[in-house]
Amino acid sequence: MARLCAGEEAESDVTATASPIRQATVGELIGMLIAAALVLPLIVIAALTQNSGYAFHAMVGAAAAMVSVFLIANRCFDGTPASEPQEINGKPNYDFGPVKFATVAAMFWGIAGFTVGLIIALQLAFPELNFDLPWTNFGRLRPLHTSAVIFAFGGNVLIGTSFYVVQRTCRARIAGTLSPWFVVLGYNLFIVIAGTGYLLGLTQGKEYAEPEWYADLWLTIVWVVYLLVFLGTVMKRKEPHIYVANWFYLGFILTIAVLHVGNNIAVPVSILSPKSYGLWSGVQDAMFQWWYGHNAVGFFLTAGFLAIMYYFVPKRAERPIYSYRLSIIHFWALIFLYIWAGPHHLHYTALPDWAQTLGMTFSIMLWMPSWGGMINGLMTLSGAWDRLRTDPVLRMMVVSLAFYGMSTFEGPLMSIKAVNGLSHYTDWTIGHVHSGALGWVAYISFGAIYCLVPWLWNRKQLYSLKLVNWHFWISTLGIVFYITAMWVSGILQGLMWRAYTSLGFLEYAFIETVAAMHPFYVIRALGGALFLIGALIMAFNLWMTVRSENVAETPRSDIAPSPLAAAV
Amino acid sequence: MDQRQDAPQIDAVTGQSTTGHEWDGIQELNTPLPRWWLGIFYATIVWSVGYWIVYPAWPLLTDATKGVIGYASRADISADMAQLKAQRAVQAAGMADATPEQIKADPALFQIAMAQGKAAFGDNCAACHGVGGAGAKGYPNLNDDDWLWGGSLEAIGQTIRHGIRATGNDETRVSQMPAFGRDGMLKRDEINAVANHVRELAGLSTEPKANLALGRKLFADNCAACHGDAGKGNKDMGAPNLTDAISLYGMDMASLTETIANSRNGVMPAWGGRLDETTIKALTVYVHSLGGGQ
Repeated sequence: MARLCAGEEAESDVTATASPIRQATVGELIGMLIAAALVLPLIVIAALTQNSGYAFHAMVGAAAAMVSVFLIANRCFDGTPASEPQEINGKPNYDFGPVKFATVAAMFWGIAGFTVGLIIALQLAFPELNFDLPWTNFGRLRPLHTSAVIFAFGGNVLIGTSFYVVQRTCRARIAGTLSPWFVVLGYNLFIVIAGTGYLLGLTQGKEYAEPEWYADLWLTIVWVVYLLVFLGTVMKRKEPHIYVANWFYLGFILTIAVLHVGNNIAVPVSILSPKSYGLWSGVQDAMFQWWYGHNAVGFFLTAGFLAIMYYFVPKRAERPIYSYRLSIIHFWALIFLYIWAGPHHLHYTALPDWAQTLGMTFSIMLWMPSWGGMINGLMTLSGAWDRLRTDPVLRMMVVSLAFYGMSTFEGPLMSIKAVNGLSHYTDWTIGHVHSGALGWVAYISFGAIYCLVPWLWNRKQLYSLKLVNWHFWISTLGIVFYITAMWVSGILQGLMWRAYTSLGFLEYAFIETVAAMHPFYVIRALGGALFLIGALIMAFNLWMTVRSENVAETPRSDIAPSPLAAAV
Repeated sequence: MDQRQDAPQIDAVTGQSTTGHEWDGIQELNTPLPRWWLGIFYATIVWSVGYWIVYPAWPLLTDATKGVIGYASRADISADMAQLKAQRAVQAAGMADATPEQIKADPALFQIAMAQGKAAFGDNCAACHGVGGAGAKGYPNLNDDDWLWGGSLEAIGQTIRHGIRATGNDETRVSQMPAFGRDGMLKRDEINAVANHVRELAGLSTEPKANLALGRKLFADNCAACHGDAGKGNKDMGAPNLTDAISLYGMDMASLTETIANSRNGVMPAWGGRLDETTIKALTVYVHSLGGGQ
C-alpha cells in the first residue's frame, strides 16, 4: 500500500517540505479510535464463540483493526501530509492510489475466481474431483466462484474505475483522505471474510448473498462510505454537468445499498453466533431473494459496467458519445424497469400469478432500454471502425458490447413463461449468465484495465498489443465453447425432463439426463480453461507494462483534452 | 488553461451537432433516438399492457386483477395432471384389481406395468441401484438371480413395500449381522481366520498363514446359524450365499474383515405409502422382469 502511494507523492511537491512528524488530523484520530475500540470485543468474540469459523473471522477482523491503527498512525510519522492539495498549478491533484490497489486486486481475484470456476466445471464433469473433502466440495466452491468473479473481480473493477472516472470527469480530487482507502481495503476485507467463510462452511444459503450477518453488516458500512465518497466527489466537481458514466455509477451504488440491506435484513441468534434469523420467510423470502438477485445483475453487472463503457469506449475510440438523448432515455428506462423484473426467476412456483406476469412483462419492456447502452457504445465507433483492426483493446470492448446485446436479448426471451418452462433449472441459464459474465462484464473490464494500467503507472503504452490480441482470441474461443456447450446441453436437458412416453410415463430418469450432460460439461471446462489462460496472459502483459521503463513523457493528467480528435 | 468549448459543434464524420458539454475530453453528439429502437420499445409496452389485460397482473388491496380469460397457473397444472391421470386411469383400470402374477400373464397389462415400472424405478430406485438396476457396492444388482431376500413376485413386492431395516415400518425386513469385532465377540486373528474360511467356501485363495481350522470352527459357532453350515445363505434371514462369486460388499480380505468386524446392515426405505399400490405393483413386475425373477 505504501509503495502504491509513492507514485502519487512524487507528483506533489508539497511532500518535500513536510515535517517528518505531525499531529494526527481529526479524521485520523476518529479512524484510529474506532479501529482500536473494535480490537478487544472481536478477540472476546473469538474466544467465546462455539463456531471455529466465526472465531477465525473475528480474529481476522481484530488483526485488520490493529493493522489499520498502525497504518493510520504511521502516516503521522512517515511524512505523509495531513491532506493533499486539491489542485497543483491549476490542475486537479487526482488521488489514484486506491484505484491502483483496486486494479491489482481485481486482477488477483479475477484469476482466483476463474480458476475456481474451472475447478467446479471439472467437478461437474468428473465428480471424483470433489475429493470427498468438505472444503473442496462443489457446494462450497460454487459460491466461492460466483462471489470471487462477481463481487471480488467485478466489485474491484467497479470501485477502481468509478474512483478514476469520477475524479477525471468531475475534474476534482476524490472526496476524503482516508475514506477512499477505507472503501477499497474494507471491501477487500469483506471479500476475504466471505470467501474463507464459504470454505469453512459458513453460509446463510441465499444465492449471491451467502455471507452471514456480520459480513453483511460490515459490507453495509463500507458501501455507505463508498456512496458518500462518490457523492462527495460529484458535489466537488468543476464541470457544470454530471457525466453519464457517473449517473450509472451512482445508480449502481445507491441501488446495491438498498438491495443488500433489503435482502439480508436479519436478527442474529446472538453476538457469539454466525447464524441469524432472516426477516422474510417462505415465498416472500424467495421474492426478496430474486428481487435482490436479479437487480444484482441489473445494477451491479449492467448499470455499473455500462458506466465503465461510457467512459472507456469514447476515450479509447477518441470519438464523442453517439447520442446524449439516448443515454438519458435508456438510463431512466433501465433504472425504472429493471427493478420489477426479479419475479421471472420464480415462474411456475408458489409466487402469485400476478407477480409472475409483472416480472415477465417488465423483462420484455427492458429489452430496448438495455440495447440503448449497446447502441450508444457501438455507434460511438462511427468514424473509428478502422481502429478495430489495429487496436485489440478497443476490439475487446466492442465485442463485449456485442455480447451485452446478445445476452440482453436472450434474457427477455428466457423470461417469457413458455420459454422459461423449458429453460428454467437447465444449463441454458448457466450459458446465458456466462455469455453476459464472460462476454460482457469480463471483456469490458479487461478493456478498461488495459486502458487504465498505462495511465495509472504513467507508461507510454502496454507492454505488448500482440499479447492482448492473443488474449482476445484465446478467450473468445473459450467463451464460444462455453456458451454453445451450455445451449445444447441446456435444451437437451429441458427436453429430456419433459419427455413422456406414449403411455403417459416419464421417458428418462433424472440420472439419465445427468449422464447425457457429460460431454458438454467437458467442453464447458475446456472453454473455461481457455478463458483462464487468456487472463493469465493479460496479467503477465500488465506486469511487464508496469515493470517496463517506458515512462510517458507527459503524465496523463496533464494531457489537454482533444475534442473530436478523430474527426479533424 | 481551460480549453473546453461550451458551444455546440458539428462533428465532421456524422454531421451531428454536439451538446456542447465536455468531460475529460469526451463529448456527446445530440443524435435523436433511433426510430426503430423507439418503435420496438413502444411495441413492447403496448404488448405488455395487452398481456396485463388478458392475464392476472396488478395487485390490489386484498387481491389482484384476474385478467379477462381467467387464467390461473394452479388451475392450469391441475387440469394437466387431471388429463394425465385420466389417460393413466384407462390403462390402470385392469392394473388396480390384478395381482402381480395376473399382470405378468396379461401381455397388455404387462406392457403398461413395464412402462410405469421403468419410470418409477428411474425416479425412485436408480439413485442406488443404477438406471439399469445393475447396482453398486452395497446396493444389490437386480439383474441377476442371486437374491438376498427372495426373487419371487411376492418377496420383491414385500421388500419394496416395507423396505430393509427401514425405520418406522413394522413389517420391514429385519435381522442384523453382529459386528463381531466392534462388539468384542471375535479377536483380530479370529476375524482373520473366519475371513479366510469364507474365501475358502467361495473357492477363492486363502492366505498362507491362515488358520483355516480355527476359521471353520468359528464359522460353525457364529455364522452358520444364518449363513448355513456350507455358507449357502438363507433368504428368510437375508443372509447372503457366500459360496458364489457374487458379493454385495466385496470378497477381498480387507472388505471381508470390515464386514465381519463392523457388519454392514444396509438400509432400503419402505416405499408403501410413498408410492401408490399400482405403482408398487408395476415396480414389482418391472424388477421381477429385469432378469432374475423367480
